[in-house]
This record gives sequence, structure tokens and C-alpha cells, in this order.
Amino acid sequence: MIRPFAHTPFLRLAVLSWCLLGLQATGWAQVSTPPSTSTDRVGTHEALTTLAEGTWTEKTHAVTYLLQHGDPSLLPQLDALRSTANRRVRKLIKPVITLFRNQAGLASPDTETRRAAARDLGVRGTREALPVLRNALSNERDHWVRYDLEEAINLLTVEYAGPQDRLAAIQKLGDLRSDAALPVLQELADQPASTLEQHTLRNAAIEAGRRIQKWQEIASGIEILLQGLSLSSILLLMSLGLAIVFGLMGVINMAHGEMMMIGAYATYVVQEIFQACFAPSFFDYYFFFALPCAFVVAGLVGWILEGTLIRFLYGRPLETLLATWGVGLVLIQVARLIFGDLTAVQAPSWLKGSAQVMVGVQLPHNRLFIILLALFCLAGIYALLFRTGIGLRIRAVLQNRDMSACLGIPTRKLDAYTFAFGSGLAGLAGSALTLVGNVDPELGRNYIVDSFMVVVTGGVGKLAGTTTAALGIGTLNKVLEPSFGAVYGKVTILILIILFLRYRPSGLYAQKGRRLDS
Amino acid sequence: MTSDIHPRGQLTPTMDTISRELANIEGTSGRTTIGSRHQRSILYLEDVTVDFDGFKALNGLNLVMDYHELRVVIGPNGAGKSTLLDVISGKVRPTAGRVVFGQATDLIGLWEHQITALGIGRKFQTPSVYTTLPVWDNLDLSLRRRSKGVYATLLSRVSSEESDKIARTLQTIGLTKKARVLAGQLSHGEKQWLEIGMVLLQDPALLLIDEPVAGMTDQETRKTGDLLQSLTDKHSLIVIEHDMEFVRQIAKTVTVMHEGTVLCEGPVEYVQNHPRVIEIYLGRQKEPHASV
Amino acid sequence: MRKRDDALIPENDQPTNRVLAGPLFWITGLVLLVGIPLLNLLPDDSPLHVSDFTLNLFGKFFAFAILALGLDLIWGYTGVLSLGHGVFFGLGAYAMGMHLMLQIGAESVYGNALPDFMVWNQVKELPWFWVPFHSFWFALVAVILVPMLFAAVFGFFVFRSRIRGVYFPIMTQALALVVWLVFNRNETNLGGTNGLTDFKHILGFSIHDPATQRVLYALTVLCLGLAYMLCRWVTRSRAGRVLIAIRDCEQRVLFSGYSPASYKLFVFVISAGLAGLAGALYVPQVGIITPNQIGVLPSIEIAIWVAVGGRGTLSGAIIGATGVNWMRSVLTNHVPELWLLVLGGLFIAVVMFVPTGIVGLFRQTHAKLPCWKIKIPGWHR
Repeated sequence: MIRPFAHTPFLRLAVLSWCLLGLQATGWAQVSTPPSTSTDRVGTHEALTTLAEGTWTEKTHAVTYLLQHGDPSLLPQLDALRSTANRRVRKLIKPVITLFRNQAGLASPDTETRRAAARDLGVRGTREALPVLRNALSNERDHWVRYDLEEAINLLTVEYAGPQDRLAAIQKLGDLRSDAALPVLQELADQPASTLEQHTLRNAAIEAGRRIQKWQEIASGIEILLQGLSLSSILLLMSLGLAIVFGLMGVINMAHGEMMMIGAYATYVVQEIFQACFAPSFFDYYFFFALPCAFVVAGLVGWILEGTLIRFLYGRPLETLLATWGVGLVLIQVARLIFGDLTAVQAPSWLKGSAQVMVGVQLPHNRLFIILLALFCLAGIYALLFRTGIGLRIRAVLQNRDMSACLGIPTRKLDAYTFAFGSGLAGLAGSALTLVGNVDPELGRNYIVDSFMVVVTGGVGKLAGTTTAALGIGTLNKVLEPSFGAVYGKVTILILIILFLRYRPSGLYAQKGRRLDS
Repeated sequence: MTSDIHPRGQLTPTMDTISRELANIEGTSGRTTIGSRHQRSILYLEDVTVDFDGFKALNGLNLVMDYHELRVVIGPNGAGKSTLLDVISGKVRPTAGRVVFGQATDLIGLWEHQITALGIGRKFQTPSVYTTLPVWDNLDLSLRRRSKGVYATLLSRVSSEESDKIARTLQTIGLTKKARVLAGQLSHGEKQWLEIGMVLLQDPALLLIDEPVAGMTDQETRKTGDLLQSLTDKHSLIVIEHDMEFVRQIAKTVTVMHEGTVLCEGPVEYVQNHPRVIEIYLGRQKEPHASV
Repeated sequence: MRKRDDALIPENDQPTNRVLAGPLFWITGLVLLVGIPLLNLLPDDSPLHVSDFTLNLFGKFFAFAILALGLDLIWGYTGVLSLGHGVFFGLGAYAMGMHLMLQIGAESVYGNALPDFMVWNQVKELPWFWVPFHSFWFALVAVILVPMLFAAVFGFFVFRSRIRGVYFPIMTQALALVVWLVFNRNETNLGGTNGLTDFKHILGFSIHDPATQRVLYALTVLCLGLAYMLCRWVTRSRAGRVLIAIRDCEQRVLFSGYSPASYKLFVFVISAGLAGLAGALYVPQVGIITPNQIGVLPSIEIAIWVAVGGRGTLSGAIIGATGVNWMRSVLTNHVPELWLLVLGGLFIAVVMFVPTGIVGLFRQTHAKLPCWKIKIPGWHR
């Protein structure tokens, strides 16, 4: 505990010693009134000198002075001091540096920096941080920065203020569902209480702690759901193309994962080109070029694959499955020969960081982007299938291939386009995957089995089925993970799917009824 | 009940009246109580409904068939004819209703192969034979056997009685010379005949036949008609057919289906002159211009 | 009259000739069983000498051939493609590996009775499911029964659900993935990523002794022969024709009064047992089993062995497994980065151009040149 300086016997001693040394001590005694700038500068300068050369006691006093009168402009000097000082001194001046650094942080135009500074002060700050925080709060507009500031203020109030203020602050922390307050409140709750005042404080702390814990349970639940949503979006992005191709042509494309890999490498190449040819300020926009690039490149490879291989294997699904697996192997090996084993794609800066959804729940920007991309693709496919002529034809072929052919729909051509489109979607998925992980030649293989599960569970040729299955499997994965672990979660899901297929052998939204081909 | 019931109050009916009554009950029971009626019928469907996500392929269908009857089912596309066969053979489970085979065997809830083992054979519209097996093996596999479980077939041997049966069937369907040819190499008509032969070897009490003459020449069609008619002394048949010429050749009783229910039932002439049937097949009679 | 009827019956329906194959089978079998080990006994400088390495290599190939026979039964004959056979192979291999691990005893690096990886993972006591594997005979039974049991449970649910077409490969592939994940975990006490290795003895004989390896090789050839006869017996029975019928037209089989689910389950279980046997023969000869040898890729590779050799022919499965693996060992020795390209190319080429495989090609040539009257095993299916 840092005790208030004025009440220690050191005060007199310190004043005396400073006087004896002939140093100006005017600013030192003025604990409560803000000092004028001129005296301040002189005072801080001397305090810094003392920190470097004075005795231990003098140094402690100098730190106290700096905490009250200094400002972030002293940071370079303090840093210089720290780099030369011994460990004890470093520890001594640490609160000062914390305060100033965060004070500087609070003045930053970037909200994330301001929030980090406020949070840091709440945990590590001293009482001197209170006026700084209050000042920042009065000027702050952003909701979440305000939240962090309030949290920090109340945390410090609980620590340093009088009993009345502390009670209010404890209640306020409970209102805020402050995560950081939990250890402090726990400590308060554990303290023995003898007086009525202490009892009141303790009870308030217990009550607030309870509220926060309850909130945290909800928050972690929501967080899991959000993670599930994010995983579902990845699964959906991957399965959409697979499901469309499977629905239309009855072809299981085992090289679908490699189309994703191609998309990911296309993204990587675009990034490299941007890095090499354009100004760094322009670099952040590379992703907007990479996405369509990934779509086109993967779609092109898909189109070639359809034209040279798959069209000769229609009606032989098992053979297609094996042949496409072979294609996948070749593509993986080619990628390995060209790009090596592991490559990282640098996410654009606007996709770093995360958005605060609610107290205690964050959603990283890249995940948010993937969710939005999946929604966009879903909407795009929906529009394509149900609002365009080509979509009408695709749906016609989906229902009755022979009849459609008789009506003059070029079914083979449509197959080629659909396959290319499905591959393109995989490319998009691969491009999106670079935001959450490394790029390696076997990128697709990690997800492909999961996306097959989605297609199987969703049923053939129904957008709604694929979407529901992706949501279900993705969420279930994340829900089971905390209690089962990732591996056993997957085992459980496989068992559940097998049991599910026992009751609905053709998936969630399969077309019921007599089918012409059965 | 019939008018022959003895007057009330007559405490001691004569032997004569009793015997008359008994005769009456036997003779008219089919029309009086369902329970006793389906003792004489091979197939009895009551209020069968099949609901495909809101689309009722069958809607409260009732159908009774006698032993040794050849029943032809006609109806426009989507009337539920094939679904009817699916329900009987166990491929589709009805949402509601009863399907009773023979004396009292409830078919609902049984698997297809169990229903087949009970004695219901089915011939599909498109010929389904085992293309990479010789004709002989196709027939051999279809032959009715005591057990068709894994162990029985693993350990079984060919008995001369069985090969006689197969040889006879080969003769019936005219494929004796092609016994060793792979079924995949047969012509379309031959495949149809092979499948008929396969179904016959199952020796079913009830045969379900879906459009047997589709894609056959006139001569083949006539031959098939003769064959089907000759089957009635041992089997009962339900035949789905569109070819009215063929229907006239074979049918005694025709059932017309429309929108999942039985529209009318009776001899060919009766059905053909039924106003509702004409309306369905030729369009609405109320708007004579439309039908022209 | 009777005579004419008999003439109508296809050849494979004759009760004779159902198990015992033609002379080529016996000649090949004897050469492989006795000849090769004898050549191995020749002095090193003899031109006919077969090195220990080659002998061992072929022992491995023949173990794979048993695995391929199993897959051929379910895929080639029944038309049900399983992409999870690595799992059954792995169960057999791990069962044998566990016994061999326990045989190491105090000779291990840590000098502990527990297998090294358990000491490493700070396992204090032998897990319960390891205990019975002290007995060789238990291990021998487990090698076949465990995969069969596992296949029976999985197959029961999957076949009863009428999962068919491409759904079955997908489900089995998921199974392979999941089992691979589980075997990789340390807490399952199966050696984690490193698997089981460092075996020392089998039934008291040193596992590295060339004589032991010769016996293991001969055992593998013997098992392959027995597996071949078993498969021949199954495929030539009426049940075998039901399997082919299921491949051709499952609906007709169903409406002929057979339960395809039971037949599929039966053949799936048999083929899992063969895979387990293959795994058990593989482990002592190769000396290591890791999860990576039983995962998704190895599982799907088995299918390509069968496809290359010729689906639906027993000799094809053996030829394919031996041929492809021989090619792999040559290629990975000389141009390792080329192997995956070749394997991928094989997948494509076989499916596109030679769907009947090597045996099929050979038969076509045979049909064109009727003067060739050599009897190939599995020729007259």
C-alpha cells in the first residue's frame, strides 16, 4: 500500500533535508493546489535530478512530487533515467512512468490506445491518476473509452478514497460489470469486518462481485456463440460452393480444399505485388483486390478442372471423388514446390483489433469481416439463384436434368459455370482464411472434412440446409470445446451426425417425396 | 343389413331361416363389415395418407383387392400411382392409415425386404437388373428361398430343383439362349422381361408392376399382356399403365386415381364413360371450348 | 435333361473350385513363401541373393495386399467406398504394437516396465486397456476382433441409416480424421504423435534378427494366401453375388428380399478384420506405427492400390497394393518430391483411362488373344 505522503513522518524530514541542500521546495508542500507552470517546470527538473543523484529518501519524495506535478513531456527523460538506473530505482519510478505513459495514451486520437491507457491506469495507477482520468472522462465522447475511464476511476476510488466514496464506487463497479474489479472486490470481501462501516463495504463488495460474476457467465456464453458464428461463417463459405456443385452435378469435389488453398495463395501473391510495387500507404487496400483475384483464379482452375476431368466422369460419383482427390494431391505438391511450406499473409491494419460487442465480449475485426463476407456470399448466391435467369436454369437442372435439357437449357455449359463458380467461392473462402491463420499447401485439408459434414447434414441442393448445418456444426464445435476439448468435441459431433442421419438419411432439408431418379 | 332378417319376436327360428341367414352373412359380409371383408382380400388399404412436406401424394386412399385379381391403376401424372406402390412395398411410410396384406399382416413399419419376403414382388418402371451378373445369376438371386440372410447365402449350394425352376423361367421369358450373357448386354425389352422373370421367381402372392410395356414394341406388348393375364391363376396383380389399348386388353377392373384418392373403380367401359374421368383426362367439360 | 441344365449354370456356380484357385496361384504362392526366403539365405555376393531389406520391404507390401483385399471386398465387389480403412488397419497395428511395447520391458530407455512415452508423460500405472496386451494370444485375437467390433458398431449405425452413395465415403473419411485426432492425443496413452516404436522382441525372439524377419515374411505370405482364399470363398458364394448385385442395383436386391444393410455390414466387418490382420503383420516388420500412417491420406491411398490393380478382382487388389507400394519405395528413395505428384496422377489416370485397372487391361488383351490360356488367379470371377 502506498500511504499518503503528507501523513508520514518523512514529510518533515524531507522538507528539512531539501532546505538544507538549498533546493527550492515551494512546489513540494503544495499537495492539493495545482502548481503554476513555471514553478512546475523548475520543480520537475529538480525532481528528475534528485532521482538521478539524491538519496533514497529524496528519491521517494521526488517521485511523489512528479506524480502530482509532472506531465507526459518528461517521459523521454524518465526513460533515459530508467535505462541507467538500478533495479530498485526502476521499481521506484515505475508508477511515474505508468502514469505519464497512460496520460499520453489518453490523449491519443486512437480509441484503442485511449482504452488501453484507461484500463492500465485502473489496475496499476495510483491516486494521482484520478484527476487525470476525471479530466479525460469529461472530454471523452466514445462510449467504450468512457466505460473504461469510469471503471478505472471507480477502481482507484475503491482503493484510495474515503469510506463513503468507496461504497458508491463499489456499487458503480457492480453496475459496470467490471471484469477488472473482480480481484479487488474479492479482496474486500475476504477482509475481516469489525465495524458497521466495514460490514457495509464488505457486503457491497460481495454483492457487486456476484453481479459481475453472473454477467461474466452470460458474457462467456455469448462469446462462445460469437466464436461459433465465426467458425460457422468459415464453414459456410467453404461449404456453399461444395453444396452447390454437389446439388447440381452430384459431384463431390475433393479438390475443393485445394481451391481454397489457391485462393489463399492468390491473396498472398497480390499482397507481395502490393508490397513490391505500391506505396506502403496503399498497402492496406490490397485485400480489396485480393478477394476478386482469389475468386477469379480459383474459378479459372475449377473451370479447367471441370473441362478436362469432371465432365468425363458424370454419373460416377465415387470415381470423381477419387480423381479430384488426386487433383488435390497434385495441386498441394505444386504449391509446395512453388511457395515452400509456410507463408504468412499480413492482414491489412483495418482488420486488426477488435470490436467491443458488450461488456466483456469482443469480436476481432477479421472474424467480423469473415461473418460479413459469408453473409454477402449467401445473399449473392440467393440473388443469383432466385433473381436471375441463370439461377432459374440452375434450379431447373437441379430438379430435373433431362427435362431441362429437353427445354433447351445447355446443361453441360451450366455445369461448367456452376463448377467454376463453386470453385471461385472456395477461393474467396481461402482468401478469408488468410486473415485467421497461416497459408500452407495443406490449408484446405484442415477444413475439408468439416465442410463435407456440413453438406451431408444440410442435404442436397438446399441453401437453407447448408446454412443451418454450417451454423449448427460451427456453433456446436465451439460449445463443446470448453467442456470436451477440441478433439472429443469433434468425436461427439461425428457421432451426433451419424445418429442424425439415421433419422434423416438425406439431411436436414432434403427434398421429400418420390424422386425421378430413385 | 339385408331384408331377409327374420321377424322380431319370433323366438324359435326354423332351421330353414337359420341356414338362410348363415348363407346371407357369408355372402354379404364383404359389404357389411370391414373386418370380415379383408379376410377374403389379399390387400386392404384404409385411409392411407402420404404427406411430402405439405404435398399430399396420397390423400385418404382406400383400396381393397381380392385374390387372383388383376387390377389396373390409371390416372394422370401426379395422381399418386407410383406412391401407392411405394406404400405397399414399404419404400414410403404413410403418414396415416392402414395397409394390411393377406389375413392380418400389417405392412406398416416393415422394411422393403421383409415385405418382399412376405410375398409382394415389385417390378420397376425402368428395368432394374444386375448388369454385371449373367442372366442366370440374376434369376438365381431372385429365386424364392427360405432364408436370404448372409449365412444362408454364404453356405448355400445349388439344388437341382432350383436350377429346374430357373431354367423353366428362362424358357417363359425367352432368354434360355442368353443365360450366360451379362444382363447389361441385353436389349431394353429383354431387360424388362428379365426383370419380370426375376419377380416371378420370387413367387409373390401379390405383384406390383409399374408400366410394364413402356418402350416395348406392339408385339412385345401383346405378349406381355398375355403373360400378365396368365399369371392371375396363381398371383394377384396391380398394374400401373398409361397405354389404354393395353389396359383394355388385360383389365377386368380399373381403378382411376386422381390427386391421391380413388376417383372411381369398375370395368373399363364404366370407367371410360365416367364423367369425372373424362373431365380429368380431357379437361373441364363445363368449358367445352377449352377442351377442343 | 439334367445335363443341359447344368450346362446353363455359370462356371462359378459349380460347387468345386470355390476356394482352391488354379495352379498359378499355388506356384506363385510357393515361390513367394519358400523361394524368396531361400534366396535370402544365399550368400551376399550371390547374384540371386535377396537382401534382408528387400525381403522386409516385400513383407510390408504383402501386408498391404491383405489390407487391399479387404477394401476390394467392400469397394470393388459391393460398390461401397470406404475411406476409413486406415482406421481398422491402425487398430490392428496398434493392438500388436501395444503387445510389442510391453515386451520391451526393462530394456527401455528409462529402464521402466512402462513404455517410454508413458514415463515421459508421467503416467504412473499401466492403463487398464494395456494390461491384457501382456499376453501374445490376447493381442493376436484383439488384432482381428477389435477392428471387427469397431466396424460392426460404426457399420450398424451407418448402414442402417441407409447412408449410401458418396455419403458413405464422406462419413468414413470423417471417421479416419477423428480417429487420427484421438490417436494423436497424449492422454489416450497410445503414444501420441510419435506412436509406438523401438520394439525389441516378439515371442522372445529378437525382432531385428534376420531369421525373425524371414519368419514374419513367410507368415505374411501365408496370411495373404489364406486371406485370398477367404475372399475367394466369399465372392464365389451366392452371398458374393448378392454383393455384386448390391453394387449393380441395390434397389432390386432390396426388393428381392435381401437386406443390403446386413450384407454390407457383413462385408464391412470382414474387411475390417482383414485390415486389422494386415496392421498386425505390418508393425513387427516395419517397427513403428504412428497416427500419420492411419490418417485420412493413407486411408484413401488404399483405394488407389485397388483401383490400379483392378477393382472387383482379388488378384488386382494384390497386384495393385504391391505395385503401387513398390513404386513408392523406388520414388521416395530417388526423387521424394515427385512421389505425391505421381500418386495424384495415378488417382486421375486410373479413374480416367484405366477404370478396370491392370487386371482389367490384361483381361482385355486376353480376350483379344484367345490362344493365351494361362489361368490367372481371380480370373474367372
